[in-house]
Amino acid sequence: MTLEEREVEIIEEFSMFSDWMEKYEYIIDLGKEASPIEDQYKTDDYLIRGCQSQVWLHAWKEDEKVHFDADSDAFITKGIIALLIRVMNGLSPEEILNSDLQFIDEIGLKDHLSPTRANGLLSMIKQMKLYAIGLQHKTEI
Amino acid sequence: MITGEKIVDLDVLKIRKDFPILKMKANGKPLVYFDNGATSQKPLDVINSVEKYYNSENANVHRGVYFLSQIATDLYDRSRQKISDYIGAKHNETVLFTSGTTESINLVAQSWGRKFLKKGDEILISGMEHHSNIVPWQMIGEEKGAIVKMIPLNDDGSLNMEIFKERLSAKTKMVAVAHISNTLGVVNPIEKMIEMAHAIGSKVLVDGAQAVPHIPVDVQKLDCDFYAFSGHKMFAPTGIGVLYGKRELLNEIPPYKGGGDMIDRVSFEKTTYAELPFKFEAGTPNISGVIGLGAAVDYINKFEWKSIIDYEDELLNHLTIELLKIKGLRIYGETDNKIPVVSFLVDDIHPYDIGTLLDQMGIAVRTGHHCTQPLMDRYCIPGTVRVSLSFYNTKEEINVFINALNKVLTMLR
Repeated sequence: MTLEEREVEIIEEFSMFSDWMEKYEYIIDLGKEASPIEDQYKTDDYLIRGCQSQVWLHAWKEDEKVHFDADSDAFITKGIIALLIRVMNGLSPEEILNSDLQFIDEIGLKDHLSPTRANGLLSMIKQMKLYAIGLQHKTEI
Repeated sequence: MITGEKIVDLDVLKIRKDFPILKMKANGKPLVYFDNGATSQKPLDVINSVEKYYNSENANVHRGVYFLSQIATDLYDRSRQKISDYIGAKHNETVLFTSGTTESINLVAQSWGRKFLKKGDEILISGMEHHSNIVPWQMIGEEKGAIVKMIPLNDDGSLNMEIFKERLSAKTKMVAVAHISNTLGVVNPIEKMIEMAHAIGSKVLVDGAQAVPHIPVDVQKLDCDFYAFSGHKMFAPTGIGVLYGKRELLNEIPPYKGGGDMIDRVSFEKTTYAELPFKFEAGTPNISGVIGLGAAVDYINKFEWKSIIDYEDELLNHLTIELLKIKGLRIYGETDNKIPVVSFLVDDIHPYDIGTLLDQMGIAVRTGHHCTQPLMDRYCIPGTVRVSLSFYNTKEEINVFINALNKVLTMLR
């Protein structure tokens, strides 16, 4: 699936919910289902700054495609990052860097979060893109 | 001006009508405002006083010879007297206006600190302090080579008075402590602490931000050297605060902001400073803020303190009992003497998840470290969910909150 196709799939899933409680319930379930990150990556080196909860992100390259693994101590954050990974996982660094991640606006996430929370979301996206830049010429961050 | 007898029985539903914002909806649900520790809502009396000032009383104070400036100056000076009476100060010139508790503490740290702190001196700060009562001391400590030491807490959130006693020494020059903890709601034994600090020659600054809306404060009885608080937590506008200081001390320390109003005579050769309080009030003050603060004092003075305290105790008891019924819930701050502020966590659930979902149900609580990171570190927690109440909150709101919290926890467990 292309990045855009993945985004459309997510937008369609979210359109089935009638209010934000239902959306959050879905995001929480995604967070609960997401597998935890390995302990060796749950350190300060992999911590993303700018979030109220702790978020660890690990990235590596295989066959020229970028892969992400992440974890958080808060379910909502973990669910949001699971969505970001679903969209960007297994793509080339260039595809990741060029993505504008429209789905975040379409599902109303950016508007809905308070400014502090929205900053956390932007920090996550920024870090994933920075890792993609770094992985253009390496295989591991 | 308040005339007539004080209201003894709190008619909370009537009081709520005084606060227009309480009628609002949040995310389509009636607003349940439980974040008074961050800021309080404002009664119409306060809102109207600010509006009236800008409509018909606005002019700069202490400067003009014309009619409007006289009105503004009168209102401003009368507010200062009201606040002075509110905290039991003897002389109203010892009540300085600042932009808030944070500026008040910075003023003392910089002004008193620069003059009186020397290398090797010690500043004792409690482990439950807000960053505003930690960072200014670290900053001046670094500048002057003074050491900041901590008074640790017991598990129940009370201060460890044995270790406080041990750490007080001839080197201690300042003890900086909260009257009441913003995160735990615990009331500290500051009168005793002030007595102990004075016995070894140390000064004491009290952060009264959380105290002034909930309990009567008498700075003479406390005998504190400095007492700092903000208007916006006691139903007044933001951007206005107070620093009370003992007169001899305030006369001894230099001003820390220079400019208009704080001078006696300016020339390029030498400038002399004005008397108290103006020495510390450079520039045009937050006049509408001061007037709003005076109106807030008038509003609180309508009620008997006993009525407010008894009612808030009832709210605190109800909230605590209901919370403790929840499996896996832990409350931080378990002393007997508390204001209605409760910080809690439930098992390993992150407070951010709880707060976000409660917001969807119209309930405003605070989550995170509450600007008390050392306190969070002490308990090894990322943050808490904090409920902080005022006398316009109700038991019914607490019940709505408890139901919502149980629903939220089902989603998260």
